[in-house]
Amino acid sequence: MSTTSSARPAAAPPRQRVLARASFETRVLLANGEQLLVAVVLPALALVGLALASVPDLGPGARVDLATAGALALAVVSTAFTGQAIATGFDRRAGVLRLLGTTPLGRGGLLAAKCLAVLSVLAIQVVVLVALGAALGARPEAGGILPLLVSLLLGGGAFVALALLLAGTLRAEAVLAVANLVWVLLLGLGVLVPTALLPGALGTVAAVLPSGALGDAVRTAFVDGGWPWPQWAVLVGWGVVAGLSARRWFRWGD
Amino acid sequence: MTGAVLVRELRRSFATTTAVDGASWSAAAGTVTALLGPNGAGKTTTVECLEGLQRPDAGSVSVLGVDPWGAGPDHRARVGVMLQEGGLPTTSRPLPLLRHLAAQYAAPAPLDELVARLGIGAFERTTVRRMSGGQRQRVALAAALLPRPDVLFLDEPTAGLDPHARIEVWDLVRAEASRGACVVVTTHSFEEAERLADRVVIMAAGRVVADGSLDEVRGGRSLEDVYFSLTTGAAR
Repeated sequence: MSTTSSARPAAAPPRQRVLARASFETRVLLANGEQLLVAVVLPALALVGLALASVPDLGPGARVDLATAGALALAVVSTAFTGQAIATGFDRRAGVLRLLGTTPLGRGGLLAAKCLAVLSVLAIQVVVLVALGAALGARPEAGGILPLLVSLLLGGGAFVALALLLAGTLRAEAVLAVANLVWVLLLGLGVLVPTALLPGALGTVAAVLPSGALGDAVRTAFVDGGWPWPQWAVLVGWGVVAGLSARRWFRWGD
Repeated sequence: MTGAVLVRELRRSFATTTAVDGASWSAAAGTVTALLGPNGAGKTTTVECLEGLQRPDAGSVSVLGVDPWGAGPDHRARVGVMLQEGGLPTTSRPLPLLRHLAAQYAAPAPLDELVARLGIGAFERTTVRRMSGGQRQRVALAAALLPRPDVLFLDEPTAGLDPHARIEVWDLVRAEASRGACVVVTTHSFEEAERLADRVVIMAAGRVVADGSLDEVRGGRSLEDVYFSLTTGAAR
C-alpha cells in the first residue's frame, strides 16, 4: 500500500464499533430466509391461526388479543433464542468470535452489538405482529404498553442469555438441533397458551420456565393492561443464572 | 532494533499435551519473520498467545510492549490478525463484512485500494460459504491489513492461492514490513519463507530448534534440508 507510517493505529470510538457490528448482525439476521421464517412468518401464522380457530382454549379475554400476545412471545423466543443461538453457534465454529476478539470490538462490544441487533429485529417483529393483530381486531389495553415493553425486554434478555449459553458450550450442529427442538417444546409450554390452562403439573412447571413466564407476562400486559411482577421475577432469575453460566462456560473457539 | 514481538520461556499445556514447552524468540519492527514447524509443533498456540486469544501457563509474551492477554481496544487496533480458519461469517458477502470491520478502526486502510489489489471485486456478490479457499484467504488477509497494523500475524496467508495471487500477496506483505510493520507469518511453505522472511524461527515439539536470519538458519544449505534435519523425529 502507498500509505506512509504516520500516527499509530487507534480504535474507533466504542459507540461506532458497537453500532457497526450491530447493524451488520441485524442485516445478517434479516437477510437470512430461514431466520425470517422463524422470526416473522411462523409467529404471524400462529397469530392468524389462533385468532381464527376456536381451539385450543386461550382463557378469558378477547381471543384475538390473546393470540396476538402469544405471537409476540413466540417472536421473542424465535429471535432472541433460536435465531441467536444458531447464528452464534455457527459463528463460533467458523472462528468469527475469535477473529472479532482480536479486533477493537472485543467480546464486550460483541455482546452489546448482539443485544442491539436482537432488539432491532424484535422491534420490526412487534410492529408487524401488532399491525397484523390490529387488522384482525385486536384492541390492547393502552395502560399495557409499558409493561408489555418491559416484558419483551426481560424476555429477550433471558432468552439471549440462554442462547449464548447453548451456543458457547455445544457443537454448532448440536446447537442447531437443540435450539429448534427447544423452540417447538416451549411453544407448548406457555408461549401461546396460558400456563393456567395447561394440564396439571405441566402448568406449574411451565409457569417457572422462561417460556411460560414470558407468555403469561405478555398476556397480562397486552390483554389486561396489568403489571406481571411474578413473571418478571422468573425472567430476571433465568436471565441472571443463564448470563452468569454463559460467562463461566462460554467457549469462544470450537 | 527492539522486539515488537517477544516470546520468553513460553509454556502452554492442554489436558494431555504440552503445546509449547519453553519457547523464546522475538521479531522486530520492519521485518518479516517466518514461523515454521510441523503440525503440532506449537506455532498456532504461540501465535494465539501473542494475539491475546490464549493465556500462557508460564513464561511471557509481549506485543508492542504490552501483555496481549486482556489488552484494550487501542492495543488490538495496532495488531492485524489472519486466523488459520479465516474467522469469516459464512453467510456474508465480502464488502459489507470488510466495511463493518473497517469501522472498528479510527483510520483504516482505504478499503477500495485493498479490494482492488486483492482482486476481491471479482467475487463481491459471493457469500463466504460459496467462496473458494483462495477467495476466503484474500478476504481474511484484507481484514488483517485493514487496521494498517504495527504488528501483523498471518497464518498461512497464501495457502490455496494460485501463483499470481501468491506473488501479489507476498508483495503486499513485504510492503507492510517496508512501511515499518512487524510481520509474523506462520507457514508450511519453504518457498514462502525464503521469498518473504528476514528471519526464520523453526519450532518442533513445542520448542524453538532454529532462530536467526534466513541465511544464518540455512547455513549454506536449502531451508528445506535444514528443516527436515531439525524436525524429523521431533514431531508428535
